[in-house]
Amino acid sequence: MSTQITNEDLELSVLETDATETPTAIPALRPDRLSSLDTLESEAIHIIREVVAEFERPALLFSGGKDSVVMLHLATKAFWPGKVPFPVLHVDTGHNFPEVIDFRDRTVERLGLKLVVGSVQEFIDRGELAERADGTRNPLQTVPLLDAIQRNKFDAVFGGGRRDEDKARAKERILSLRDEFGQWDPRNQRPELWNLYNGRHTVGQHVRAFPISNWTELDVWRYIEREGIELPGLYYAHEREVFERDGMWRAVGEVSMPKPHEEVVTKLVRYRTVGDMSCTGAVVSDARTVADVVVEVAASTLTERGATRADDRISEAAMEDRKKDGYF
Amino acid sequence: MSTETSLLETGLRESTLFRFATAGSVDDGKSTLVGRLLHDSKAILADQLDAVARTSADRGFGGAGATGSQAIDLALLTDGLRAEREQGITIDVAYRYFATDRRSFILADCPGHVQYTKNTVTGASTADAVVVLIDARKGVLEQTRRHLSVLQLLRVAHVIVAVNKIDLVDFSESVFREIEADVQKVARELGLGREDSNTGGIADLFVIPVSALNGDNVVDRSDRTPWYSGPALLEVLETLPAADELESHLESFRFPVQLVIRPQGALAPDAVAAGLDVGAYRDYRAYAGQITEGTVKLGDKVTVLSPGAEPRTTTVIGIDFAGSELAEATAPQSVAIRLADEIDIARGDTIAAAGTVRESSADLYAALAWLSPKPLREGAKVLVKHGTRTVQALVRNVTGKLDLATFKVEAASSLELNDIGNAQLRLAAPLPLENYLHHRRTGAFLVIDPVDGNTLAAGLVKDHPGDHEDERYVI
Ligand SMILES: Nc1nc2c(ncn2[C@@H]2O[C@H](COP(=O)(O)OP(=O)(O)OP(=O)(O)O)[C@@H](O)[C@H]2O)c(=O)[nH]1
Ligand SMILES: [Mg+2]
Repeated sequence: MSTQITNEDLELSVLETDATETPTAIPALRPDRLSSLDTLESEAIHIIREVVAEFERPALLFSGGKDSVVMLHLATKAFWPGKVPFPVLHVDTGHNFPEVIDFRDRTVERLGLKLVVGSVQEFIDRGELAERADGTRNPLQTVPLLDAIQRNKFDAVFGGGRRDEDKARAKERILSLRDEFGQWDPRNQRPELWNLYNGRHTVGQHVRAFPISNWTELDVWRYIEREGIELPGLYYAHEREVFERDGMWRAVGEVSMPKPHEEVVTKLVRYRTVGDMSCTGAVVSDARTVADVVVEVAASTLTERGATRADDRISEAAMEDRKKDGYF
Repeated sequence: MSTETSLLETGLRESTLFRFATAGSVDDGKSTLVGRLLHDSKAILADQLDAVARTSADRGFGGAGATGSQAIDLALLTDGLRAEREQGITIDVAYRYFATDRRSFILADCPGHVQYTKNTVTGASTADAVVVLIDARKGVLEQTRRHLSVLQLLRVAHVIVAVNKIDLVDFSESVFREIEADVQKVARELGLGREDSNTGGIADLFVIPVSALNGDNVVDRSDRTPWYSGPALLEVLETLPAADELESHLESFRFPVQLVIRPQGALAPDAVAAGLDVGAYRDYRAYAGQITEGTVKLGDKVTVLSPGAEPRTTTVIGIDFAGSELAEATAPQSVAIRLADEIDIARGDTIAAAGTVRESSADLYAALAWLSPKPLREGAKVLVKHGTRTVQALVRNVTGKLDLATFKVEAASSLELNDIGNAQLRLAAPLPLENYLHHRRTGAFLVIDPVDGNTLAAGLVKDHPGDHEDERYVI
């Protein structure tokens, strides 16, 4: 990891406007113009409030991962001093990192929220889903997700998807209409004009709302730093027993056991995404604090999915295919 | 241009947000240009580049790309859908992000195909600037004219014309100058940009010779176009002011109410745990929204506009944002506002600087960009979404549509897909309509199909005829 870049070099969030620095040739510029983070925050809060105002039963997808934590933080700001006025929904693959589940439960408790859980394991136990040959459970989340949406009659579901994550996500609207089968039709999206969001839908359809669509991974980390947002510990460098598979470091755990030829070593690692243990890899890193992570992410030469997600390597359009079927 | 240069010299350190989009005819190289910008500004990470290189090879891309050892189809960096890759075209907007020392950019790569014009309107509606591409071998085409009129309709602040594939015309100055002159002529006919008395040209309109494939004048100035002395594309993008950066103190405060925050007993447990004074917040009531323009300060006199009620004037006693009390706030901040008097305010009402709004009206005179295959007919019932309100509306008549060949408004009685035209609507409830020319947010609305909920048109409010109407307004 490069350590040449310091936080000071980045100096992205600090807004030191010094009127004397600005030549009189540009009187048209506001001295108090918002930084990019403030603009993104305002936009996200506007979207969250629109959805709450226009839909009957919204819910927020909450996995304990950094994007969903940031989304929930934005929701608390949007309705302060009132409570967040919707439940959170987690699709549990049964292969989660225990510390993430623990974090999820503490957060829900702290904010006084209702938690709805859709369980992949239950669907497998009932024979309604089959375990995949590669053991990955991420793609299996779609069915329990749609089931939870239907059962609870959610008409809008907030997701923490960002357009910089993947080329199919890059194409999605902020309010994205899903049909009765939860499917996304990328060739037939509604125009989305100005900041006027059209959430009209018929019975059975629902809408996915992505308030942090326009944030990058670096924006998310800078915001976590600025706001002092707590995250599960595995986002920061820690020692862990890992083995190498498909060019990624996998944690040794109940659901991800090394094969005989895969050597187990102890390394200083952290996670850039937290998902299903069976397909999420760690990166070697010594970034122990949020400030370290901001520096590391700014200097990274790989995208977070490229670095850590086996499920996206399945095919060229893995994400698009999953999204068409109703995935997050 | 002097404004831009001086901004460049100040070397502002804080990162602000700048949104831009691409436009132009099919295949003139928009996605390639975007890929080039991302690539040369080092916004492409190794795994993305690998994936694109693999796909380029699989698909036998033979472009003479100067990207390095292997030829890479840069358009694949944004053409992310399966159907787009199979057909080699862009279907819907791709949003990409990159940052330089000066700025964070949100880039919307839009399709050129006429069938997908609605997606280009989507990308352009939020853009601070639009880069319009022209294939140097083809010059200004009908689709170029269509997109330019959309940009003029939406009053996009800055238009940059990139004359692309300049490598395919041997970096010829005469070809460039001819297209440049055509562009200036079209811009004048459309009223795009302002006449610049100093240069005799048009301010806010840049014309740049580029090769998206090879990178000439994209990030760095090219020595293969010695006859061009202007800035490279990225230089322009880095220095233009974004709409939100412009002085807004001259504008009047506008605040469409999204919802009322009135927790009564249900205070946020984390706020209570952090020491929130429960007693003091028992009767808390604030109006949440995003400031669409202007600035509000504590103590300001404001007018509240609600349909069916007389405008009421009161005073701002609080501007709250998640536990901080602000002395002032400005567009585009999302805040919650408290008012001195107990008045009945609900979602859809507007709070505005006192004495700056005219009466709400149920007669809507509008310019429309029609985005649906379902044509607009006189007598149709539609929905109008304006700010935080949606009301029913009747289409009284269509008063004309724009002829792309002449840029004149011709008589018409209906609007079809991709038409730009004028119409008069009667609303079921009065709305605080304002002329889009002066109010980009409160002058904009959606036309929605009440049957299937689809968005039919982008709408822009015009002045009532007789109120010294701008003749050229349709475009
Ligand atoms: N020689 C040359 N070829 C170019 C240049 N720019 C783009 N091309 C080629 O032109 C073709 C079309 O490029 P795209 O970038 O897909 O065009 P587009 O404008 O995005 O097309 P749509 O989005 O479908 O409207 C591709 O084969 C590119 O390689 C250039 O500067 N020089
Ligand atoms: Mg394209």
